[in-house]
Amino acid sequence: MVVGAGGAGLRAAIAAREQGKRTAIVSKSLFGKAHTVMAEGGAAAALGNTNAADSWKVHFRDTLRGGKFLNDPRMAELHAREAPERILELEYWGALFDRTEDGRISQRNFGGHEYPRLAHVGDRTGLELIRTLQQRIVALQQADAAEFGDPDERLAVFAETAVTSLVREGGDDGRIVGAFGYRRVDGGFVLFEAPTVILATGGIGKAFRTTSNSWEYTGDGHAQALRAGASLINMEFVQFHPTGMVWPPSVKGILVTESVRGDGGVLRNSRGERFMFDYVPDVFRSQYAETEEEADGWYDDPTRHRRPPELLPRDEVARAINSEVKEGRGSPHGGVFLDVSSRLPAEEIRRRLPSMHHQFRELADVDITAEPMEVGPTCHYVMGGVRVDADTAASDVPGLFAAGEVAGGMHGSNRLGGNSLSDLLVFGRRAGLGAAAYVDALEAGEGDSTPATGVLERAAAEAVASSLAPLKQGAGENPYAIHSELQDTMNDLVGIIRRGPEVERALERLAALAERVDVLSAPGDRVYNPGWHLALALPNMLLVSEAVARAALERTESRGGHTRDDCPEMSAEWRRVNLSVRAVDGRVELERTPSRTSPVSCSHSSTGTSWPST
Amino acid sequence: MSERTFRVWRGGPDGELTEYRVEVNEGEVVLDVLHRLQATQAPDMAVRWNCKAGKCGSCSVEINGRPRLSCMTRMSVFEDDEVVTVTPMRTFPVVRDLVCDVSFNYAKAREIPSFTPAPGTEPGDFRMRQADVERSQEFRKCIECFLCNDVCHVIRDHEENKEHFSGPRFLMRVAELEMHPEDTADRRRTAQEEFGLGYCNITKCCTEVCPEGIHITDNALIPLKERVVDRKYDPLVWLGSKIGRRPKDTPIAPNVRRPEEGRGTA
Repeated sequence: MVVGAGGAGLRAAIAAREQGKRTAIVSKSLFGKAHTVMAEGGAAAALGNTNAADSWKVHFRDTLRGGKFLNDPRMAELHAREAPERILELEYWGALFDRTEDGRISQRNFGGHEYPRLAHVGDRTGLELIRTLQQRIVALQQADAAEFGDPDERLAVFAETAVTSLVREGGDDGRIVGAFGYRRVDGGFVLFEAPTVILATGGIGKAFRTTSNSWEYTGDGHAQALRAGASLINMEFVQFHPTGMVWPPSVKGILVTESVRGDGGVLRNSRGERFMFDYVPDVFRSQYAETEEEADGWYDDPTRHRRPPELLPRDEVARAINSEVKEGRGSPHGGVFLDVSSRLPAEEIRRRLPSMHHQFRELADVDITAEPMEVGPTCHYVMGGVRVDADTAASDVPGLFAAGEVAGGMHGSNRLGGNSLSDLLVFGRRAGLGAAAYVDALEAGEGDSTPATGVLERAAAEAVASSLAPLKQGAGENPYAIHSELQDTMNDLVGIIRRGPEVERALERLAALAERVDVLSAPGDRVYNPGWHLALALPNMLLVSEAVARAALERTESRGGHTRDDCPEMSAEWRRVNLSVRAVDGRVELERTPSRTSPVSCSHSSTGTSWPST
Repeated sequence: MSERTFRVWRGGPDGELTEYRVEVNEGEVVLDVLHRLQATQAPDMAVRWNCKAGKCGSCSVEINGRPRLSCMTRMSVFEDDEVVTVTPMRTFPVVRDLVCDVSFNYAKAREIPSFTPAPGTEPGDFRMRQADVERSQEFRKCIECFLCNDVCHVIRDHEENKEHFSGPRFLMRVAELEMHPEDTADRRRTAQEEFGLGYCNITKCCTEVCPEGIHITDNALIPLKERVVDRKYDPLVWLGSKIGRRPKDTPIAPNVRRPEEGRGTA
């Protein structure tokens, strides 16, 4: 059973089905609408089509450097090695990426990637990815229809069905036996009996006020994994994308793709200065240009110029924008200017960035071919997630797997742009294979693979009662109001820049909200009732928010997507530590675990850079 | 900030328009206002949406009678005192409020013979020119909002045609595959005989409502009609059929059509 129908979920389901397993895809939204469609820039893979010097080792090194060395190195290695195969496979399933002159897949520049590396389709790459996987699933269903007489025989999609809890047998080594949920369309409850569950539920961004994430990003998989006894790691690391829209207020947070900068766009403050030159940290100093002339020369002649600082990793750019605004050099609506109009001909902008052109024209009355955009940081991605085995995507709980954004480790403390779409493909497939192998082993073992008597029934009875509670509590709390308070709390107190006392205050507020969540009230009946759906998702957002806040308070350094104003330095000691989170009796507990070290030599690199000490 | 009058369809097929007075702020889109209604007056109002950025195609409704994405319809397109009426898409059965059962579309998608690369090729073999992929790329911009299928008169007012007509969205999908440089299947006969291409009389309503600005009629449907005609009246094909050499068409996959399709959910 795969929970989530974004890139990771669909790729996992394809892999499991190709192993001959009967696979269910359970998705909160309609088939093909998952958050993956919003990915714009591309999928990073060292194909070497645009610059032959690229290789998986350079990609691996860039990924670790971008993650400030907290990545699970085995995951980063598998990702860099396998991404090219996964992209070519998509092409073989019908995807149409933009082309190079010689007819191969074109690759674009992106922050933190040494070479042009992102396979893309204009600025709608995520849509291409999801549609291709969706259509691949249809192709497999057609094959099953021909063979078995039923397209759903081995691959069935349960659309608009939300999973609310996982079912596990008792005891420390109790295994996953299924999951419980409800259908949005009619409010009917569903109980899945399954020997494995692959979580591919995406992220947690809806816990924050300003976010590029859709309503689905309520941390369901993170929370359910915690409740089932799995560990999450790196939860303090939340990526704020440097460029979200800032005006008008109703679109605040909507993503402005990094491709704008990859294709030549520059950031300026209210004085017209390209301020990013002032924010190049030492670890990146050797790779980034010091003057505008050098930076501008890089686009055409990257061997004799260093990169423009606008293409630093996202955490650096987001912090820089934040401090420009704070110091009074922001744009009229509290962002900075992102200008591509003075850098590329109008026709070229419309060709390379069609959906940005459309988005600004329709939603903000801005013509990006003629004037700069106003942009500012927006909550975009959580690096933290379920702790998994790199090779199989297995969690600590037997039968529970995780892939994509809900899994932790791959990106360390900060994800490079473009590494998410490739992550989904590489680890989605590995999760499908891992789960299939687990089922084989289970069936080959002497033990009975059917669930212990009564486990599913008891879990279902409990879940039904708690799910129905909000519909019965007439005068309880309004879920929309609680959600709004939660978003303000996380945004203001555990946001892009954090301070110890503020995070403590956030934890107090979260505790108070947790009590109010017990008495949520959703008027109406069970048929497509969004108030009720929000009421069922809020406990997940709260639990995950607490995990983020506790880890953020504990880590007394600044690294990647975790910036502590009161501990601004990166520390060599913390480099060796992952914070691991477990839920004990509904409370979040932290543990320091040693970070995994790299089995791969990193000495190979085109710039010959060795590892810095922090 | 101003206060505006919204009339929203509430209930199932037998529902009715309910009037609300609601606050509207500068820069907002219709979906923002629907969300405000949920948060303040109608917590159980069913609205389907995801990305709120015009990229996922979930929030399709009809606004003052016109099929639109509610997330891309600015309030500023209406007169200051204009009443805004929001109803579910008319071509599909209403589940509740603004949410429809769109399973018709997923059923039609499953009938189309999938991408078929040449046997003997493998991943990495393809070399395609940008100019050659651009035609299909335009159609792959489709966000599957189904507004084109909603507006198309062939099925909007004729339930009986649904069985025989896949709608602009999926005829365009056929065109996309036919124009894919590496595809080897032939769907021209099926386009006409199974998917109802002949029902389309190129009124271009689909093109007019497409939020992605895809030239559905001019670039997909008319060229597909031309290919069908080429195929049907090709003298060599005619001769071949007379001497018993039927050209190879890719049939729709067996067993993908089921009696209950077009109704209910899976």
